[in-house]
Amino acid sequence: MRVKFTVNGREQTADDVWEGESLLYVLRERMGLPGSKNACEQGECGSCTVRLDGVPVCSCLVAAGQVEGREVVTVEGLADFARQRAEHGGCGAGVCGGKGTTLDEAKGWAAKPTGTGDSQAGEQGTSPHTALSPIQQAFIDAGAVQCGFCTPGLLVAADELLERNNQPSDADIREALSGNLCRCTGYEKILDAVRLAAARGESETAGTGA
Amino acid sequence: MAGVTRTPTNLTQGSKTPAGIGASTLRPDGTLKVTGEFAYSSDMWHEDMLWGFTLRSTVAHAEIRSIDTSEALAQAGVYAVLTYDDLPTAVKNYGLEIQDTPVLANGRVRHHGEPVALVAADHPETARRAAAKIKIDYAELPVVTDEASATAEDAPLLHPGRKDHHAGHVPHPNIVHRQPIIRGNADEAAKRADVIVTGEYDFGMQDQAFLGPESGLAVPAEDGGVDLYVATQWLHSDLRQIAPVLGLPPEKVRMTLSGVGGAFGGREDLSMQIHGCLLALRTGKPVKIVYNRFESFFGHVHRHSAKLWYEHGATKDGKLTHLKCRIVLDGGAYASASPAVVGNASSLAVGPYVVDDVDIEAIALYTNNPPCGAMRGFGAVQACFAYEAQMDKLAKALDMDPVELRQRNAMEQGTLLPTGQVVDSPAPVAELLRRVKAMPLPPENQWETTEGADVRALPGGLSNTTHGEGVVRGIGYAVGIKNVGFSEGFDDYSTARVRMEVINGEPVATVHTAMAEVGQGGVTVHAQIARTELGVQQVTIQPADTQVGSAGSTSASRQTYVTGGAVKNSCEAVREQVLQKGRLKFGTYHPAWATAELLLEGGKVVTDGGEVLADIVDVLGEESVEVELEWRHRPTEAFDLETGQGNGHVQYSFAAHRAVVEVDTELGLVKVIELACAQDVGKALNPLSVVGQIQGGTTQGLGVAVMEEIVVDPKTAKVRNPSFTDYLIPTILDTPTIPVDVLELADEHAPYGLRGIGEAPTLSSTPAVLSAIRAATGLALTKTPVRPEHLTGT
Repeated sequence: MRVKFTVNGREQTADDVWEGESLLYVLRERMGLPGSKNACEQGECGSCTVRLDGVPVCSCLVAAGQVEGREVVTVEGLADFARQRAEHGGCGAGVCGGKGTTLDEAKGWAAKPTGTGDSQAGEQGTSPHTALSPIQQAFIDAGAVQCGFCTPGLLVAADELLERNNQPSDADIREALSGNLCRCTGYEKILDAVRLAAARGESETAGTGA
Repeated sequence: MAGVTRTPTNLTQGSKTPAGIGASTLRPDGTLKVTGEFAYSSDMWHEDMLWGFTLRSTVAHAEIRSIDTSEALAQAGVYAVLTYDDLPTAVKNYGLEIQDTPVLANGRVRHHGEPVALVAADHPETARRAAAKIKIDYAELPVVTDEASATAEDAPLLHPGRKDHHAGHVPHPNIVHRQPIIRGNADEAAKRADVIVTGEYDFGMQDQAFLGPESGLAVPAEDGGVDLYVATQWLHSDLRQIAPVLGLPPEKVRMTLSGVGGAFGGREDLSMQIHGCLLALRTGKPVKIVYNRFESFFGHVHRHSAKLWYEHGATKDGKLTHLKCRIVLDGGAYASASPAVVGNASSLAVGPYVVDDVDIEAIALYTNNPPCGAMRGFGAVQACFAYEAQMDKLAKALDMDPVELRQRNAMEQGTLLPTGQVVDSPAPVAELLRRVKAMPLPPENQWETTEGADVRALPGGLSNTTHGEGVVRGIGYAVGIKNVGFSEGFDDYSTARVRMEVINGEPVATVHTAMAEVGQGGVTVHAQIARTELGVQQVTIQPADTQVGSAGSTSASRQTYVTGGAVKNSCEAVREQVLQKGRLKFGTYHPAWATAELLLEGGKVVTDGGEVLADIVDVLGEESVEVELEWRHRPTEAFDLETGQGNGHVQYSFAAHRAVVEVDTELGLVKVIELACAQDVGKALNPLSVVGQIQGGTTQGLGVAVMEEIVVDPKTAKVRNPSFTDYLIPTILDTPTIPVDVLELADEHAPYGLRGIGEAPTLSSTPAVLSAIRAATGLALTKTPVRPEHLTGT
């Protein structure tokens, strides 16, 4: 079958999709977006978390056909999604149900490759990747990334948490991220990262008087 | 390589700060990992690639009467179906130490989930469906599942006619390896004891549960060889096992490390490597294999389940008189790393304590249970669980504070181990206990808020099972000892290639090793070492592959020590060549070139007094300097097979934990409130990463304590819970705050004084939690994991 939906603001079509294929499989293997991860493929680990019309879902549990005509944001589009949200207020790309950007506006942006593949994350506070979203930068800065396999799903989930609650308590953070398994970090630095992103967001807001 | 997308890339990291060793520099792969661009082994893609699938046995022990692949081969979209008969050479087995593991089953399967046949097809679902059409006629055989059934008179032999180097000294062919450690006279010493405590302990089988599934891409090459992109812990060990089975010289099997989603020991053994290459060479097409979680539970070895019998004696003032113990590890159907696990379990069975008179025996069994091998802590974990339970039991019998009892018997620098080896570097066991005990405790009734009980802070959480009624707090302590590096005489070297040159007017270092970065942050540390030794800011880390010499395994807490040592050593050699060039070019301008100790700092050649002699850019000009050198730590010796005596270990790593738990004693629900750790790390090369390792290791120990176990049916030897629905690992809700106190007492034998750190926190975490639950409930609790029914007696 043919499946057509919007991914990170860009309309995508996949042909010859077998009916049993998941959204995760179509993203990873047919659309060249393997950022969403395949740690369990049974909805237990959260590594494949994406936003589907704004709602965080395990893309491994969503049949590709269910996504027809809908909007998906993956980790590859998270930075642009966050930027849109910051510029327009509310949700980026209009995916949270009517508020924010319209679909036409959103079509203008998409995940962009960083080019060389070289990374400069060591530039503390002066990363040339200014395109990173606040939560992405906070994960790097707080040491929340080790093997990194859980990271994409956690980023999408944590970004969604901060979108609806910009000053989460530790209990709020634990609740929001309880569907995302991490085997490397013991979660402490993931908590640090979310706290850091929230604090930075707070100080920015305070600075602009908003 | 043409056609492959998402191959591993160089990681280039500049720095505005000094960012040498001791700084918390950030990961050079961090940006790639947070943007989803990092190329994990399951992300590889090649145009025209096929998908491989492994058909695995549905029974634990059987003779294979026949295999019929005709229907599978006839299915549209299927390119190849391979069985044992299709293996191309006389080499049909592989293994880390003993080559006892069939690439594909040869007429017999010895455990549930053993690979029997391979399928390559144009879609993963096509491959799975074709595999389901393969007809295998199994004639089931009786299963061997424990020591009694393995060593019974009529026990079926897992590997009849063994010829391996342990076969001659084991008491039964179903025992992989046996290592006694005898020192002093435990029977005589027991007569001096005022108190003797004994215990029998059961340690459940743990899964590494790394999140990135076993996966890789094999691409057939024009020269008849194969390019393999894979997630592993040791490229060269894989290569040594793969090439003979394929019938290819090692140089025609070119391996590149792809992104590794965690390892923890579970990638020491091969998984899809040979299978992918066989399918690629047979079909002439690139083949990708990605296990799903179900298959992953069968696709790697686990941590040995163990039964441990311990007897400790002490005088009434709390000095240990003797130790007798017997440790039986279940190795499962194939040897994997079992012999080395036995060596660790026996040589570290006494724990970080001074005991002069010991009688220790450890064995690993061959059974029809899932094969067990390496996992973080490697034999020392099971022992620590038992000896720390014993220390609590002894303290109770002596009516003594359990921390004080431990401190009175704590080993220190100069202590003689039961193997006769002197601990010749700091061993601050008593100090770590003091530190962890001195940390402030979390407040009592921490669930109480102004608006009533926050159930999220209580056992049972949002299930809302208690508002504090029946909840009892318990506090427990534990401390452990782990060896660092490969032991028992193994030639445990690493190799580093380092180049220095001028690029865009700046001196730049390039580091190339075969070290498997599995998440631990080795790439971060290599860049830091290059900055410290070569005075550069920008460092490029090249992808790990087999085009450079072996780095050894990312195991045994060894990589920062050994490959870090190799990078340091190669940097020093590069520096000497750079200085030599400087002496030739500029030596006549300043006498210090000939007389002073010279360093490379901030892009310049400086004297140890800080005087600048030249810019590195001017010294190098258009030239580059490159060296590739092997580096070794101090050699070790094998343990004597009768007495266990020998200088078997390189270095030790110590951590202590304090666990605070709250137990709903009516429902048997446990909430771990805090798990504090103090660890000596020698020198923290990257403090941020060090704390991350300690917290991660602590959490894996927590998992064993209260949730993790691969459950094997004792009648059928089949795995009952191969999924993340049924095999539970700690979530962020299960994991408490983990405050960490890092001690840095340099080991003068190690590079920068550092100590391998990754494993020690996994040891003491589990017994500390068990101790705390015992304190809360008064129950003996001799098995991991503690389940609600163990607490309620239901």
